[in-house]
Formats: sequence, structure tokens, C-alpha cells
Amino acid sequence: MSADKTIIGVTIAVVLLACANFFIADWIRQIGLLSMAIGSVALGLLVLWRTGLISFGHALFYGFSAYGVALLNYLGVRDAFVLVIVSAAASGLLAWGLGFLVRRYRAIFFALLTMAFSMILYGVLAKTERFGSTDGLNVHPPTFLGYAPVDQAAQITLFLFGLLVIYGLILGVQIYLRSVLGQMTTAVRENEIRVEYLGYSVEHVIHIKYVISGLLAGFGGAIMALAVGQVDPESMAYWTASGEFVFVAILAGTGNVAAPFIGAVAFEVIRHFAWEHGANLWQLIMGGTLLAIIMFVPDGIWSVLQRLVGKKDGVK
Amino acid sequence: MAQASTTLGLMFILTKLTVVSTMYLLFIQEDKNMKHRVLRLVAVGVAAVLTTFGVAVGNAVAKDKMVIAVPTFLTGGGAPAFGVPARNGTELIIQAINKGQVPAPYNTKGIAGAQVEAIIYDESGGGAKQVTEYRNKVQKLGVDMFAGFVSSGTCAAITPVAEELKTLTVYATCGTPRVFEELDKNPKYVFRTMSHATADGVALAHYVASKYPSANGYTGINQNYAWGQDSWRDFDLAMKVLAPNIKGSDKGQWPKIFAGRYGAEISALLKSPEDLVHTSFWGGDLEAFIFQGLARGLFKKKTFLMSVAGTAAYRLGKKLPAGIVLGSRGPYGIYANQLTDTPMVKWFNNAYVNRYGTQPTQPSYQYAQAILGAKFAYEKAAAANSGKWPSTDQVIAALEGATFQGVATEVRMARSNGHQGVTDHAWGVASFDKELGLPVVSEVMHFKGDCIMPPDGMDSVTWLKGGMKGAKCD
Amino acid sequence: MVQLLLGWFDLQLIFTILTDGLIYGSYLFIVAVGMTVIFGVQRVLNVTHGSFYAFGAYLAAYLGGIWYEHELPDFGGFVIIFLAAIVVGVFFGILIERGLLKHLYGKDEHIVVLATFAAFLALEGIGLFIWGTDPYFFYQPQMMLGFVEILGMTYDYYNLSLIVLALIISLSIWYFLSRTIWGRLLQAVIFDREVSQAMGVNVTAVFLGTFILGTTLGALSGAAIAPTISVLPGIGVEVVVLAFAVVVIGGMGSIPGALIGSVLVGVVRAAAIHEFPQAEMFVIYAIMAIVLVFRPEGLFAPPAVRKI
Repeated sequence: MSADKTIIGVTIAVVLLACANFFIADWIRQIGLLSMAIGSVALGLLVLWRTGLISFGHALFYGFSAYGVALLNYLGVRDAFVLVIVSAAASGLLAWGLGFLVRRYRAIFFALLTMAFSMILYGVLAKTERFGSTDGLNVHPPTFLGYAPVDQAAQITLFLFGLLVIYGLILGVQIYLRSVLGQMTTAVRENEIRVEYLGYSVEHVIHIKYVISGLLAGFGGAIMALAVGQVDPESMAYWTASGEFVFVAILAGTGNVAAPFIGAVAFEVIRHFAWEHGANLWQLIMGGTLLAIIMFVPDGIWSVLQRLVGKKDGVK
Repeated sequence: MAQASTTLGLMFILTKLTVVSTMYLLFIQEDKNMKHRVLRLVAVGVAAVLTTFGVAVGNAVAKDKMVIAVPTFLTGGGAPAFGVPARNGTELIIQAINKGQVPAPYNTKGIAGAQVEAIIYDESGGGAKQVTEYRNKVQKLGVDMFAGFVSSGTCAAITPVAEELKTLTVYATCGTPRVFEELDKNPKYVFRTMSHATADGVALAHYVASKYPSANGYTGINQNYAWGQDSWRDFDLAMKVLAPNIKGSDKGQWPKIFAGRYGAEISALLKSPEDLVHTSFWGGDLEAFIFQGLARGLFKKKTFLMSVAGTAAYRLGKKLPAGIVLGSRGPYGIYANQLTDTPMVKWFNNAYVNRYGTQPTQPSYQYAQAILGAKFAYEKAAAANSGKWPSTDQVIAALEGATFQGVATEVRMARSNGHQGVTDHAWGVASFDKELGLPVVSEVMHFKGDCIMPPDGMDSVTWLKGGMKGAKCD
Repeated sequence: MVQLLLGWFDLQLIFTILTDGLIYGSYLFIVAVGMTVIFGVQRVLNVTHGSFYAFGAYLAAYLGGIWYEHELPDFGGFVIIFLAAIVVGVFFGILIERGLLKHLYGKDEHIVVLATFAAFLALEGIGLFIWGTDPYFFYQPQMMLGFVEILGMTYDYYNLSLIVLALIISLSIWYFLSRTIWGRLLQAVIFDREVSQAMGVNVTAVFLGTFILGTTLGALSGAAIAPTISVLPGIGVEVVVLAFAVVVIGGMGSIPGALIGSVLVGVVRAAAIHEFPQAEMFVIYAIMAIVLVFRPEGLFAPPAVRKI
């Protein structure tokens, strides 16, 4: 079964990365951390996308959770596990609440409604002086179950922590997608009315997906807040942030639960070198890359990888 | 100056291109042989690792060269008003430092004998992105120090990271007092070489109290983000202390930053009863607001107090509304160009105009000031270290609490354990001089740093609310 | 009682709010109408619209700068506005439609939005290359018309003329759609593309024509707004979100919807600015969210057919 293959592959990759973590340069580790954060959000988009829905406002959950980390931090909570789980859960809760509204909408309306909500969050954050308005808030280096590493050890531990989190996320999503409810996804995309005749509530299916997706984006935002040590509305909640997540999702393709993370690494690497070798070029590079992918590799990097290892049958 | 880095960069791009094209070949060639494909993959991996490694070696900093990372806005709305003049000022001063052309006391070549390379990079994209960039510059390029930063938001984000990564960071322009009052109360690696934004509001309130004592009140229009909110708050609080009889409005306007259209706001200002209008607009928003206001006679009916109009004065030229009270966040830009005739300012102004064909504005002066601060500190530390290249700790000790000459004004590192600079301020009324073909200021008042900055150890808002005790105004 | 009511009834305030709202609403409509037209016909939510706005503004400001530098007659600025709009509109209309969208018709609509987003990013970068970071000024047309005082409030003719421009645009589109043969063909294509094609309508030409019309309107909005702003990098980004909001509020492709939605946003925003200035930032998104929640197809959208 290919599910096993995916899980085995991901497990091997995670173990290798955990070992490599101790040898790689700091800046590479930082790219890795950012990729984990963005990859989690893109994984959330993948879950929705399998239903044919795209959110243009996932920065809502990402930003909400990132600010959750910063605010909890402000209240004196320093433990990474508590910070990440509580903030992501809060995002999931927000998604559950909003889900009652958005689950009624499809296609571009769904995308735009989610965008409108994320822009309202942006407005609130940018306006509230207690949250540092546009300056945002700092996040202190976290502790891990009482272990409080400093300097390089802090980044190394955070990287391991991030790996653990995304490993859990990937496994969870893989199991969900294999379940009956998860399999309903594609059916909803293909024909909603037939799904209803089968006795399933389409809105219910979409609602659950939306919550999972919000939760995943919440994990991404929380990891980002810890990795960067700073949250601000422009990076966390503006519509361009949502745009980047969709970019990563497209770049990655929806073929496999690991794909978003590969896409995120590609994205971060492109951005890294684009910024370094021509700040005024980076929009051109980003736009050009995205266009090239849409035109020439519409199924994303994952499909290229599949072709590379000569595997024709993808996980559909 | 930047030749080494350009060559390196080009090599880097070329190698990356090779890698990418190899990968491309790999994808399009439908090789049936699995082994070949695996071999190629390995080759690509090795190539990628080698290029990365090569760059890490190539960037190792030699003793006869120091690298300063200089962040400023190179793209987006902040570029014309801040980024471009800041970049120009930096390039000018660094080239002059390397050739030993800066007037005394900075007329030695390089910094403590080392030639200086500046990596000027983009500050756009928000705090989180900037923290990532900062880490890259430290961890990957191994820069010696940072000098720059325009936006308060970036400074707020960078401060804890600078302390964490133990990298000397000198803020040139950013204004928020929160840096040392809230985020970093015991700074070690972070410095700021000019007065913070509270000084702008306080100096302006002093100016209004003495020049417009009979005004019937003031309202404001500020961009709805941290800079606008802080600017209004400081000015408002200072006015309550210095001119309690002039009442502030609670219906100030708060348009979104980069909104660009201010029709309804202008109507509301025209309808408002107050004579004075405070604004901390800058860049394109300020220029758009001025065009739209001019078309409706706004500046004839109200007296505007524009705290950063210095960034737009020369560009607007004869369209700069006559009679506005114009700020430059200190005695920089127009105040230095027109009123200061020290050899240093004369040299800077001439060299800048000759090279860029336009007058230097406040960011040019402020960035040059931060870099001169670095030169001062490194050379003082090297002297104390019997001429050898100083450690970062020695440079920090040299800069802490020191007094050095900036381009336009003296900088006393006299607040926050000697990490926060205290500089003077100037306010005046702008008009356009047809004969000179340049905007000019008149009715200028100068303010001493100790009069407009909170005393050491006190935070701005507490100081303002408590009646500004301890201010030393002559 | 009447006295009390009259006390609340501030005629000048109401007049000001309505006028400010109309001007801002006209601005929104002018900015959004190009995007609305393209969405209405091609079902493409075109993010590149922001680039057309920016390029229109840049070209007008650039030509205007040269024109006024040589002290040529003032009215030339107005010719430049329309000239810049047509040049930018036709050039980019053909470039984007033939070069990009042609290959994407029939694909997932999200993918098409993303493709236009990508093209938008690339065009932002290209714009930076062509025009640099320094702002361009083109204030002369706004200044030369002067201002008028109505009920104690001054308004300048240039911004008032935006209302007229918005009216002319909407009337022309209405006339074109309902009174000309081309308009009827267009409506047929909107209603059912396959059947129109079967009946011999050249859908390719109709799409290209519509797209050029949309880009020209986008460029016109930039060129017409240029005299009131400082033309610099990034002006396109702000406009995209505004135009999005109007298209959503008005009803995804409905021209009357866009017009009414724009004016609604304009008036509510003006009222907020006069009475609750702190709320200005939320107005447009709040209206967008409310409309989406209660009328997700927008205020004036045609009912969609549910296909089994």
C-alpha cells in the first residue's frame, strides 16, 4: 500500500533531518524552520484543495496562532509545547466558528470570503496598540519541558521540536485522508449532489476539513512565531501572506502529504537567493517562477519527483 | 567597494544556474536507466553542497576589510522617501571613508585601517522577514556589524535578535522609544545614534507653544499604524504639558497607510474648528495629500505641522505649501543644507549634490551619522587596543556613553546606559525660494537634546504624562 | 421635537458626506470596473488589473512630466490621460490575453487567479525596472481646474469630474451591452459560451475584445487618478484589494452592482471618516464580509444554474 510507503518515507526523512540538524549551518537550519511553518499551512490548504476549495485567507489562522504564541508569551508562558498546542487549538476553534459561515460557499466565493476575514484580522491587529499595532510583538526563545537552551542549542532544539510537530501533522493528515471521511473529499469535489444522495452532508464534510485546515495553519503560525521570534500584521495576516501559502501549495502539488513541505523548502530557497541577489528582482523572480509552474508543471514539484523516480501512478 | 561581493555574487548565481540547468536536463531527458538517474541526482547534490560550502569560505572576513550590513527600503513605498537617500548617503560616506576624504576628525583612510564594504539590502516585507534576513547576514555572510534601519517596526523586531546573536547593531533612523524602554532595557549590542521619536513631538510642541500661542486648538491626520499612532500620542501629550490652553481634538483622522485618496479626510479637516493640523505623513502619502489639499485650498485655511515633510520638500519644490511647519526629525536635511556651515556639512552637501544631482535629505544625514559613529567607536577601541583590530566588546565599550561628531550635529550617547543617542532638533516654517529654486526654512528654532528627550532611566510616556520633569531647556 | 430633529439634521454634514462618498465611490467604480467587465465575461478574477492601473498611472505621469516640462498647453494633460490609457490597455490587453490567459481557459478558476497573481508580481518587478523607485508627479490637471465652494465646503473640479467620468463609463457600457449588436453578442457569450460558438459567434475575438476593454479601463483608472497622487512603486497592490472588494460586493461581474456597491462603500466610508475616523480602516472589509455572509453572490448577481 502506498500509504505505508508515504509514512515510511516521511519517517526516514525526519530521522535523517534530525541527524543533519546537528551539522548544518545556522542559516540552513533557519530555512528549514521557516519551511516547516509554511509547509504546515500549505498542508492545510492541501486538505481543502482536495475538495476543490482554495482559501485566499489562510493567513487568518496563521496570524491568529502566531499572535496567540506572542500573547501567551507575554503572559509568561514559555513552554514550546504549551504555546504551540494552545495557539493552534485556538486557531482550530476559530475555524470551527467561522466554518458555520464559510461551509455554505464554494469556488471563488469561498476564497474571497476567507480573504475578507483575514483582512479584518489584519485591520484589528494593525489597529490595536496593545498588540504593538503594525510593529507587532516579540516572542522570547521558548523552553522545552523545562529545558531552556540558549544560543545555537536553542535553534537546534527548536528544529527538533518543529520536526516532531510536523511529523505528527503529516501522520495525522495521512490517516485522515485514508479514512472514509477523508475519501469523501474527492467525491465532494467531483459532484456534491451525488455525495448528498449517498447520505453524507457535504457541508459537514467541508466544515471538518476547514477546521483541520485551520488547525494546521495554526501550527504553522505558531512554529513561525517561535522560529522568527517576532510577529507582525504585515508578515502574518496581510493578503500577500495568504497568497504565498497558495503559491507554495501550487508549487508543491496535491499529490502527497509530504509535498507541501518540499514545496515550502523550494519556496524558501528561492526567496532566500532572490533576496540576496537582487532585492528589486524578487517580485519578478517569484512571479516568473509561479507562472512557469502553472504553465509547465501544473501538478507541482511532486509530479516532477514522481516522474524522476519513474513512478507513473501517483497517489490520487 | 562592492566589487568583491559582486564577483562573489555572480559566481554564486552562475554555479546555481549550472545546478539548476543540470536538474533541468535531468528532468527532460527521459533516461530509461535508473542507475544513471540516481548518479545524476548524487552529482547535483554534491554540486549544491560544494557551492554552498564555497560561498561560506569565500565570505570569510579578512582583517584588512570590514563588512557593514546596511538595511534600508529599496522597494515599496518607503524607497523614494527614505531608502534611496539613505542608500546614497551610505555609499557616499563609505567611499569617502575608504579614500580618507571625510573632513576632520574622520580624515583617516578606512575604519581603524580596514577598508569598508557595505552590503546595502532591502528592509521591506515586515518584521518577521527582516529577522530572517538579519540572521542570514550574521550567520551566513558573517558581517561585522549593522548600521541602518528606517522603520520602527523593523527595529522592534530586530532588537532581541541582535542581542541574541551578539552582533553590533547601530540604528540610524527608526524612531520608536520602545526599543530601549520596553524591549531591551539593558542593551549591550544595540545602539541608536539619534534622538527617538518622542523628541520630535516634544520639540514641535515647544515650537507651537512659542510661535502659535493663540491658536484655538489642533487636530491631526496620521497614518493608522505604529509610527502615526506614536507620533500623534507624543505630540498630544507634550502639548497638554507645554500649551494646556490649546486644546487637542479627539476626532483626528486615521487613514490607512498607502491609502492614497484623502478626499473625505480633507473635507473633515476643512470642517474641523481647529487652526492647527498635526501630521506625520511621509513619502507618497504625504505628496498625494499635499496635491489633493492644494487643489482644495486646504493649506490656506489651516496651519500644518508636518513632522517628516523634510523627506518630500525638495521633490515637491514649488508645490511645497508655503507656511507649513516642517520637520526633519532633527537638524538634518533642509536644516543642515541651509543653515549649518561647518566644513563637514559643506563637504557632505557638495559631494552629495555633485554625485546625485539633488539635495541630501534627513535619511542621508542619519545613515552617514550612524556610520561615522561606527568609525568613531572602532577607531577609539583600536587605539585603546594598541592599534590592533578591536573585539566587538571593546567597540561597544568605546561607543557606550561617548560623544562623537555626526555629519550635521553632535551625538551624545547619553541615555539607556549610553546606548541611546541624544541629538538636537530644529523646527521652522517652509517656503519656496524662487531665486534659489529651492525650498527654504525660516522662523527656525533650535532645541537642545536634553530639553526634548526624557532624562536617563525614564520612559517617554511616563515622562510626558508626569509633566516632563527634568527637561533642561535654556 | 421638530427642533430636536432639526438639531440632528446637519445639512452641511449630510451634503459633505454624500459628496465625499460619491467622489470616493466614483473612484472605486473607475478602479474596479475593468476587473468587473473581465470577470463578467470571462469569469477570470484578474489580479493583473493592479498592474494595468499602475502602468496607466506611470505612463500618464511620465508623458505628463515631459509635456509640462516643455510648458506646452495645459489641456494636453487630459489628452495624455486618455492616450496613456489606450496605449497601455491595448498593449497589455493583447499581451496578457494572448500570451497567458488563452492557455488557461477552461482550467480551474483558482489556477487562473493565481496565474494572474503571478503575472502581477512579475509586472510589478518589470515596472520597477522601467520606472525606478522615484515618484512621478502629474498634478497639473488637478490644479488647473480650480475649486468651487458649495454649502461652505470647497471641492476641486478635478475630483468632482471623477463622478462624471464614472457616469460616462457606466452609461457607455450599458448602451453598448443593450443597444448594439456587439453588446448582444457579448451577452450571448456570457450566457452560454458553447451555444454561441455553435451559432457562429467568434468567441476568441469576443474574449480578446473584452479583455482589451477591461485593461483599457484599468489603465484609464490609473491615468485618471495619477494627477491626484504621487505615482510610485506599490500603488497597484492597494488597488487590487479595493477592486476585489467592489467586485465581490457588487456581484461578480455585474456593472450596476459595482456602481451601487462602490457608492455604498464610498458613503459609509465618508460617514465613518466624519463621525468615527478610527473605523475607516475596517469599513470596506466589513461591508465585504457582511455582503458575502448575507448575499454571497453579491448585491446584483445573476442567479447561477446548479449543474448536476
